[in-house]
Amino acid sequence: MARMSMIEAIRDAMTVAMTRDPGVVVFGEDVGYFGGVFRCTQGLQQKFGASRCFDTPISESGIVGTAIGMAAYGLRPCVEIQFADYVYPAYDQIVSEAARLRYRSNGDFTAPLTIRMPTGGGIFGGQTHSQSPEALFTHVAGLKTVVPSNPYDAKGLLIAAIEDDDPIIFLEPKRLYNGPFDGWHDRPVTPWSKHPLGEVPEGHFTVPLGKAIVRRPGAAVTVLAYGTMVHVAIAAAEATGIDAEVIDLRTLLPLDLETIEASVRRTGRCVVVHEATLTSGFGAELVALIQETCFYVLEAPIGRVAGWDTPYPHAQEWDYFPGPGRVGDALREAMAG
Amino acid sequence: MSEHGPLSLHVPEPEGRPGDKPDFGDVVIPAAGTVARPPVDVPPEEIRELAYTIIRVLNRHGEAVGPWAGLLPDGDALQGLRDMMKVRAFDARMLTAQRQGKTSFYMQCLGEEAIACAFQKALSPGDMNFPTYRQQGLLIAGGYPLVAMMNQIFSNEADPLTGRQLPVMYSARSHGFFSISGNLGTQYVQAVGWAMASAIKGDTRIAAGWIGDGATAESDFHAALVFASTYRAPVVLNIVNNQWAISTFQGIARGGAGTFAARGHGFGIPALRVDGNDYLAVHAVARWAIERARRNLGPTLVEYVTYRVAAHSTSDDPSAYRPKEESDAWPLGDPVERLKNYLIGRGVWSQDRHAQYAAEVESEVLAAQKEAERHGTLHSGGKPSMRAMFEGVYKEMPPHLVRQRRKAGV
Repeated sequence: MARMSMIEAIRDAMTVAMTRDPGVVVFGEDVGYFGGVFRCTQGLQQKFGASRCFDTPISESGIVGTAIGMAAYGLRPCVEIQFADYVYPAYDQIVSEAARLRYRSNGDFTAPLTIRMPTGGGIFGGQTHSQSPEALFTHVAGLKTVVPSNPYDAKGLLIAAIEDDDPIIFLEPKRLYNGPFDGWHDRPVTPWSKHPLGEVPEGHFTVPLGKAIVRRPGAAVTVLAYGTMVHVAIAAAEATGIDAEVIDLRTLLPLDLETIEASVRRTGRCVVVHEATLTSGFGAELVALIQETCFYVLEAPIGRVAGWDTPYPHAQEWDYFPGPGRVGDALREAMAG
Repeated sequence: MSEHGPLSLHVPEPEGRPGDKPDFGDVVIPAAGTVARPPVDVPPEEIRELAYTIIRVLNRHGEAVGPWAGLLPDGDALQGLRDMMKVRAFDARMLTAQRQGKTSFYMQCLGEEAIACAFQKALSPGDMNFPTYRQQGLLIAGGYPLVAMMNQIFSNEADPLTGRQLPVMYSARSHGFFSISGNLGTQYVQAVGWAMASAIKGDTRIAAGWIGDGATAESDFHAALVFASTYRAPVVLNIVNNQWAISTFQGIARGGAGTFAARGHGFGIPALRVDGNDYLAVHAVARWAIERARRNLGPTLVEYVTYRVAAHSTSDDPSAYRPKEESDAWPLGDPVERLKNYLIGRGVWSQDRHAQYAAEVESEVLAAQKEAERHGTLHSGGKPSMRAMFEGVYKEMPPHLVRQRRKAGV
């Protein structure tokens, strides 16, 4: 085991994947010589050479479009979109091409590629560095969408993603890169070096896609979260003293409905949280599924805590971000129901 | 008010609309054989004029002339003629089949047969085309079975794509033919990625991207050119300028640029413009560009000047937006007629043999259609299974799709 930040764990995952498979290539804006604006690819070009880790023109559709061609050829590209907020020029390539290539060609061609991108807020990044666009991908048949919440999962999930034969959207909560931010923005953040999930196995290991994990066991209410909100939900449970069970979804699609259903059947109450805007967010899908599968055991309406339905603001970051205060209110409401 | 008066918006218009006399007076056509053939390692800046002229081999007397001539043995040219005739016969049958309700949709390449047929013959096994929906000639010249194409068009029980894709959006990896998306321009940049992969792996395969005049306006076209230029990808980037993007004349996408080929100059990509209705010219230019790619000299942009004789698709009616006689007035003639006349002039073909082969190919296509129809057509006979609809979204079916499939009762 080694102590790693989430950045180091992601870098280590790519190092392991590139070492094991010469078909793994890594590229994106500022990814090559410099090693990425968050330094996730630092040293990869020196280690593996410029034909396997390189800088690209600022063209997200070009990055994903060429990656699809490479994946169809037989490589396993793992590309970086500098911020999830910049993925939209590549959306057509992702939705109309990568997601459907296997289906429309009946397996004649496939697109085993991983598209990494930093997601979420909490860094005063304003509307161009803070968005959480996961629902735009979970809505698309043919994609898998993954959101790790800690270094251990980030490494294991990223290796699993690169080795997977389907196209994967890999959203990295940027506020978690250096420590488990729990939403108490005026308190110091513990670095990953002092957190048990900063202990990461060396070498090759995977965390299976499509498997959620109970991050904090509890009996009173189930909280469904992913990414940064896992830590916020735990903080909210601790602040309110409510015995909440926090489930870290890890993969949004395919979704581990079994783990969700088992927990909600036990607690009879559920709160769904995400940073992304509320309306048509992934929480809506979660609420619908719980309603379909657990309606007769529910003791209270299912709560939802999400970003407000506004563009992500700058100065009002902490009014916007669904921190432990708001999640705590939702927990109390669920218990009162 | 400015001293220059009010501004006004420029919206380009074609030379002719329905009821007008067709006018291609602005299409400058150099005599065949007059354009130089540079060595393939020529620096792009030394051949900028090739983006503004038209490389032609066959002259109006059916002779092959100039530095781009003499590259194709008679036997190969005869095969080219047969390929084009087969494509034309195939299109005619499938158009009729669509009119008879045997499929929902069809797209012909009438008048453009030389481009795909001649290009395909310049490729090697292992190379990959990223075609648009009007390059059926790549498959037919590449020897892909007509029956398999028809099964796809009819979406029947033997459809290689199990009914999932719109007619003519074939996929045939075995024949160097990438799955057609139907979205415009998206696959141009994928061709560049495929070519980059070959270079990353140190292989010898090259790729060919295909796009129409209209779709060059898509941002993916420009992404493809910048990536191809930056990484010197072993790719041939083909633009089929058939003058019309559904009802929109090529001037809307071209704008103030003299030609589509000239777009290559800003990217430092050698750009050639070729007579798309001249099988020998297309083949010669394709070979030149493919050799450049194979020798690791990087990408080439090729504009094929041609004319879309038929409607855009079976859902389109060109009489609503262009003069009826425009096709007849097209100054580059018909590719089948031109190659036929050349081969007759060479003494290896005759009017009689032409008529005989036309009848033969008609029978071949008809026999293929009969065989395909035994597997069903869109609304009758054998169909792909409903189960197939749920399969292949992912390598392994995820739980939510399993639940949905069960709910659907399969």
